[in-house]
Amino acid sequence: MNDMTPTREQREAKLEGMGCKRKRVEDARFTQGKGNYVDDLKLPGMLHGDFVRSPHAHARVKSINGDEALKVPGVLAVITAETLKTVNLAWMPTLAGDVQMVLADGKVLFQNQEVAFVVATDRYAADDGINKVQVEYEPLPVVIDPFKAMDADAPVLREDLAGKTTGAHGPRKHHNHIFEWTVGDKDLTDAAFKKADVTIKEMISYHRTHPSPLETCQCVCSFDKIKGELSIWGTFQAPHVIRTVVALIAKIPEHKIHVISPDVGGGFGNKVGAYPGYICAAVASIVTGKPVKWVEDRIENLTATSFARDYHMTTEIASTKDGKVTGLRVHVLADHGAFDACADPSKWPAGFFNIVTGSYDFPVAHLSVDGIYTNKAPGGVAYRCSFRVTEAAYCIERGMDILAQKLGMDPAELRLKNFIKKEQFPYHSALGWEYDSGDYHTAMRKMMESVDYAGLRKEQAAKRLAFKRGETREIMGLGVSFFTEIVGAGPSKNCDILGIAMFDSCEIRLHPTGAGIARVGTKSTGQGHETTWAQIIATEIGIPADDIMVEEGNTDTAPYGLGTYGSRSTPVAGAAIAMAARKIKAKAQMIAAYKLEVHEDDLEWDIDGFRVKGLPEKTMSMKDICWAAYNSVPPGMEPGLEAVSYYDPPNMTYPFGAYICVMNIDVDTGVYKIRRFYALDDCGTRINPMIIEGQVHGGLTEAFAIAMGQEIRYDPEGNVVTGSFMDFFMPTAVETPHWETDFTVTPSPHHPIGAKGVGESPNVGGVPAFSNAVNDAFSFLGSTHIQMPHDYWRNWKAAKSLGVFA
Amino acid sequence: MIPGPFSYHRPATVADAVKLLSTLGDEARPLAGGHSLLPMMKLRLATPDHLVDLHGIGTLKGIRRDGNKVVIGAMTTQHELLASDEIAKSLPILHETALLIADPQVRYRGTLGGNVANGDPGNDMPALMLTLGASYRLEGSGGGRDIAASEFYQGAYFTALEPGEILTAISIPVPAAGAGYAYEKLKRKIGDYATAAAAVVLTMSGGKVASCAIGLTNLHETPLLATDAAKAVMGTSLDDAALKKAAAAAVAIMSPAADARGPVEYRKHVGGIMVMRALTRAAARAK
Repeated sequence: MNDMTPTREQREAKLEGMGCKRKRVEDARFTQGKGNYVDDLKLPGMLHGDFVRSPHAHARVKSINGDEALKVPGVLAVITAETLKTVNLAWMPTLAGDVQMVLADGKVLFQNQEVAFVVATDRYAADDGINKVQVEYEPLPVVIDPFKAMDADAPVLREDLAGKTTGAHGPRKHHNHIFEWTVGDKDLTDAAFKKADVTIKEMISYHRTHPSPLETCQCVCSFDKIKGELSIWGTFQAPHVIRTVVALIAKIPEHKIHVISPDVGGGFGNKVGAYPGYICAAVASIVTGKPVKWVEDRIENLTATSFARDYHMTTEIASTKDGKVTGLRVHVLADHGAFDACADPSKWPAGFFNIVTGSYDFPVAHLSVDGIYTNKAPGGVAYRCSFRVTEAAYCIERGMDILAQKLGMDPAELRLKNFIKKEQFPYHSALGWEYDSGDYHTAMRKMMESVDYAGLRKEQAAKRLAFKRGETREIMGLGVSFFTEIVGAGPSKNCDILGIAMFDSCEIRLHPTGAGIARVGTKSTGQGHETTWAQIIATEIGIPADDIMVEEGNTDTAPYGLGTYGSRSTPVAGAAIAMAARKIKAKAQMIAAYKLEVHEDDLEWDIDGFRVKGLPEKTMSMKDICWAAYNSVPPGMEPGLEAVSYYDPPNMTYPFGAYICVMNIDVDTGVYKIRRFYALDDCGTRINPMIIEGQVHGGLTEAFAIAMGQEIRYDPEGNVVTGSFMDFFMPTAVETPHWETDFTVTPSPHHPIGAKGVGESPNVGGVPAFSNAVNDAFSFLGSTHIQMPHDYWRNWKAAKSLGVFA
Repeated sequence: MIPGPFSYHRPATVADAVKLLSTLGDEARPLAGGHSLLPMMKLRLATPDHLVDLHGIGTLKGIRRDGNKVVIGAMTTQHELLASDEIAKSLPILHETALLIADPQVRYRGTLGGNVANGDPGNDMPALMLTLGASYRLEGSGGGRDIAASEFYQGAYFTALEPGEILTAISIPVPAAGAGYAYEKLKRKIGDYATAAAAVVLTMSGGKVASCAIGLTNLHETPLLATDAAKAVMGTSLDDAALKKAAAAAVAIMSPAADARGPVEYRKHVGGIMVMRALTRAAARAK
């Protein structure tokens, strides 16, 4: 070998495969303002649509008159439910098995509900038109408090469901009831509580909030009357699902529907569902024969497209007196708003909330969830979390802290005592899941050592004494959170959306010169798939990541996939990518054996090609194999080098992590200061550590926002009082704390590369860490639980109610 | 979030602006930085038929010393205040306050004149102007007049401006040498209006308060001058009791609205705390 021969390290480095902190290739265009988003799309003759929305939370719509609007120059059409009825689209099915009004049909059920769609030659004319549409409302009594929705005399919200005693998920108990979902063994759980030395019970609310991606929901629909084809460019997290839904409800053959998600500016669950804007833009395009654009503004996004959370969780834990948990009982009142438009896998009305036993070895548990209607916007999407997993993690992590307080135990000690042990995996939880792998004790201890947990507790004890002596007005809290996520929906045995199994897919095509393209069924909304997918392929088949182009989001070219949400991209599509790469590798091995004139079994893989066992100088690189694939394949073999894989995962993956938040609160103003936030994540095999870190930073920032102030709040009349970024807490860099990240690696045993997914872990684990810190700070003054969000005035209110101003 | 139709005018002189405003009447609005008016127009809560943009009028810009006063043109931006040596030297409290207004992008565009003339109780500069004893120059079709800032504010978005009048300059007496100052603002995040804020300018003599003015932001439908609170600390060394007395006197005149920043009780409570903190910090700065 001469000096020019690259070393193994150089060959490895050139690939920029898994484990490499490869810079994000998509950032070249994003940081230079060259992204291509829906609103950048301008088609010849394109029209603009916008909504007339209801000022009332509940009202009968007596009449809608668009005559004056049609006189506005540029206004071409005013579409109402009556118009949509002519094409049978006044209502649309939801992903949760309910139906939802596209435009107000007889009544409105939440503030800012879509009432009429004005189509005009430009955005200004559309808005001028909106202001001229006359709608006569007769206000009706509203139901805002979820705890009053099932009162016997509560107003009837969904008149369309009159007489329907069974919904998509079983019997309905009340006219505002949607479903009851129960899991676990009630009798055994009740018995455990009867026997328990110690029990706790607390109603823990996770308030309504909103994913609020930077780019709002939007689309352009263009119907070609000659070809009978509908093209839809939209902000979709799951473009193939949108195509199928459109085919089913608009009765257009699926091959004549082209759905394209261009660059998407954040999703966080907000862009999974189908919204009235999409339907109206499509109908308007079919009616006018011109492309129609619909772009939501911020207020519309916050108040009308899918919210998240709004779970009210009555939580009970049974335990021995020395702190071994013996049972968990949870009842959830789930406020779904006016229509059940949750974006969960179809058979899971409360998502995977039954992960609520968390990281702990509960011998028995029982869960029941009642879904109800109120006069609020529909939704209930997974805001940067797997389906209802954030709610579950908050419930159990708050519950464990409350139990620790009652037992007089340290919250970290209580967790260590109850963790599922490493040797118990695969672990079958009391509520039906099979946890794939974990090493919770190691992660927890690493966290405690990294932050000097014992030292922090000492400091806290000293501060508490100083506070009681009147020497300081600051209190200090430590928020411990140890979460287990359940992601990667999901195995066809238990997950589907509208009957479509939740597999994902990849097609890899290598070109003669050793470069290639990978098309994947997911859709990045900021996760960096163009970077990381190429890294998986680089490691699997030895082609540098820079030579692999990743394409997603075009249903005409990408293989069918279920999209990106619930941290499913890496667990499901990541596996499909590895499996497609392995098919390519198998064919490549046959070609290499033929060219090297040896038996396949005499070859071994070596970084970027094959070599003959025992003859390390006899090699054939993958690049050369690509060339050979197009001119000299073995007799009888088809030329070319490409493969497709559809991956149906055998199980979910279960990422976990140990977080801690150190916080000081000034009791006089309620102003808090996050002194330190440490996040240890275990997401199995790490594909790109830099992207993981970025994901964790982003998710923690959202968790910080949610726990410390971000909410969708309604007044008693049903008006949204947090409908803009002035009042809906969206932290800037100034408010956002510094994040310390760390990791352990416990690979998933069933995933081809052992990866588990990480995008949502920080949101799931972060919220309880912040909330536990606030609650821990106040606990020595006698409180057990303070509801989120913990903004300044509520902290002050808590301090006041605990007598600190006496 | 799309404004209605309007006509746009860009006069080059104050006289032309005044003439336009008086001719066009109620349906015309002067446009300064636009940070209050444009969002209202996008929400169609304001639907003026005419916007009279003041950016073309060169004489409305600039900061100059005029004897014992600093005179600031109404179209001077918050950023220009921050960049001014004269402000840093003579009126550092303006510097401190401007830094607490929104973010750099807003401060590049937002003007002092717009901030004080709009009558928005959430704006920070009006309370400061009361505290400093500033006066405003108003120009209308009938000529010009000067009005004390303390006489200017009548209610939320209601001011002494007559129809067709514009505020052209702010004149601020330079505080006595050695005066201490502080603007304490509690807000939820960058870009937010104050949950409560207090401005203090005081002088100390022999460890006692010799003069004091206290202004309050966003704690009433107009900015407030807390005269009783200021009286309560005169002659004291700003001990705990004096601070508490001042806070109580200030709280007594507050009547904030309940909003997402907190209930009335909280906003008044932290208003008192802002007063105490501003007094303490101002005293520490006094020479």
